[in-house]
Amino acid sequence: MASAVSDVSITETKMAETEKKKVIKPLKNFPMEEYINSGHRACQGCAEVLAVRHVLKAIGPDVVMAMATGCMEIISSPYPYTSWTVPWIHIAFENAAAVASGIEAGLKALKRKKRIPDKEITILAMGGDGGTTDIGFQALSGMMERGHKIIYVCVDNEAYMNTGIQRSSSTPFGATTTTSPAGRVAPAGQMTWKKDMVAIAAAHGIPYTATACPTFYNDLQKKILKAKEVDGPSYIHILSVCPTGWRVPLHKAIEYGQLAVDTGVFPLYEVENGVWKLNRKPKELKPVVEYFKGQGRYRHLDDTLTAEIQDKITARWNRLVKMCEADKED
Amino acid sequence: MTKPMDQILWQEIEPGGVITEPGNASCYHTGAWRSQKPKYDPDTCIKCWRCYIMCPDCAISPDYENNVFVWNFNYCKGCGICAYECPANAIVMEED
Ligand SMILES: Cc1ncc(C[n+]2csc(CCOP(=O)(O)OP(=O)(O)O)c2C)c(N)n1
Ligand code: SF4
Ligand code: SF4
Ligand code: SF4
Ligand SMILES: [Mg+2]
Repeated sequence: MASAVSDVSITETKMAETEKKKVIKPLKNFPMEEYINSGHRACQGCAEVLAVRHVLKAIGPDVVMAMATGCMEIISSPYPYTSWTVPWIHIAFENAAAVASGIEAGLKALKRKKRIPDKEITILAMGGDGGTTDIGFQALSGMMERGHKIIYVCVDNEAYMNTGIQRSSSTPFGATTTTSPAGRVAPAGQMTWKKDMVAIAAAHGIPYTATACPTFYNDLQKKILKAKEVDGPSYIHILSVCPTGWRVPLHKAIEYGQLAVDTGVFPLYEVENGVWKLNRKPKELKPVVEYFKGQGRYRHLDDTLTAEIQDKITARWNRLVKMCEADKED
Repeated sequence: MTKPMDQILWQEIEPGGVITEPGNASCYHTGAWRSQKPKYDPDTCIKCWRCYIMCPDCAISPDYENNVFVWNFNYCKGCGICAYECPANAIVMEED
């Protein structure tokens, strides 16, 4: 009898819990305002524009943006329209970081001369992987070396997508693109390994560098907030799944982000004042084939090539873990 | 609302091609791209917000009064992320 009574009360609590759960509660730490409006022309299921949405939510309205051309510029600003609700400058392919540097210096001067109120304004520079790791590389290096207080975000979809899927130095080994096509001459497609832009940024000795992915939106937002706080340049490298260029189904961008992280292909980590730290450490990495499966850009890979990539990913992961462990002990 | 390109005279163009109306691209309705449409069941929904957070087109919003999420079909492109990511299977994609 006693047990019957407690059974009833357990069911009641459970019901009460589900009832409670079913009421919409305001979302914590995820602002409702949108700074890139609906009506933008990104492909269906684009996680690059989702990354931009999440970044801007974390920063808030007091921001000035400089954006290199690329998908995010093309889909948001067909003249005379704009999807942005914050000050945003469209510039050439190679100089997002240089223009952002100018904005930072300019705003500083205006504040000093009391021409504008002395309030905190975030300067955000943004470029694709082409605009960042290739053509905007020099401007970015200058920005970091001079120490401007700017957040530079690279939205990395691993190729020049806007102009039709050409390879960049951020395209991973083994991916086929229109300028690194898999075939008899180059069985892997892209025959070079992805440039380690995060390590290059960190090597500038800037206060904050991190990787992120919109699948892990909490982690992403935390990192943007950290970047906003540091006194100096910060570099955030965001893996942005592109269904069009990766040839994956439209509804799977979030899942591929998860797999990229869980296979160690794209680890989530940060370098804060020279200290390396892993932000997500799966107990055991999933095999890379799980990430490759279903991606058209990797369809041609045979067992030998896959094994070669697996070895490299495992080695890189182990090195990263070791570096982070060493920094933890210091 | 900004006029379409072919109705703008050159004298009306701002110096530097500045666009003075924030977010005016919302006059373009991307919902026309859709071939599949998410169908939402409020009773199955556990109000976890995941669809809202993951929609690349900001097409989903909460309606606190009626305790449901609502879709703006002027903009939903029918990618299916919301349905695929919903932990409660409260959304299914249907032919539009
Ligand atoms: C100097 C210069 N070269 C080439 C182009 C053409 N172009 C515009 S966007 C783009 C590709 C951008 O690739 P990425 O930076 O990776 O951004 P994504 O489109 O992939 O988001 C290219 C080649 C240009 N605008 N300027
Ligand atoms: S090509 Fe890729 S990154 Fe560019 S808008 Fe389309 S899905 Fe997004
Ligand atoms: S993801 Fe599903 S369960 Fe969560 S709020 Fe959206 S519809 Fe409801
Ligand atoms: S189908 Fe795609 S665009 Fe439409 S509401 Fe769902 S996630 Fe947003
Ligand atoms: Mg790119």
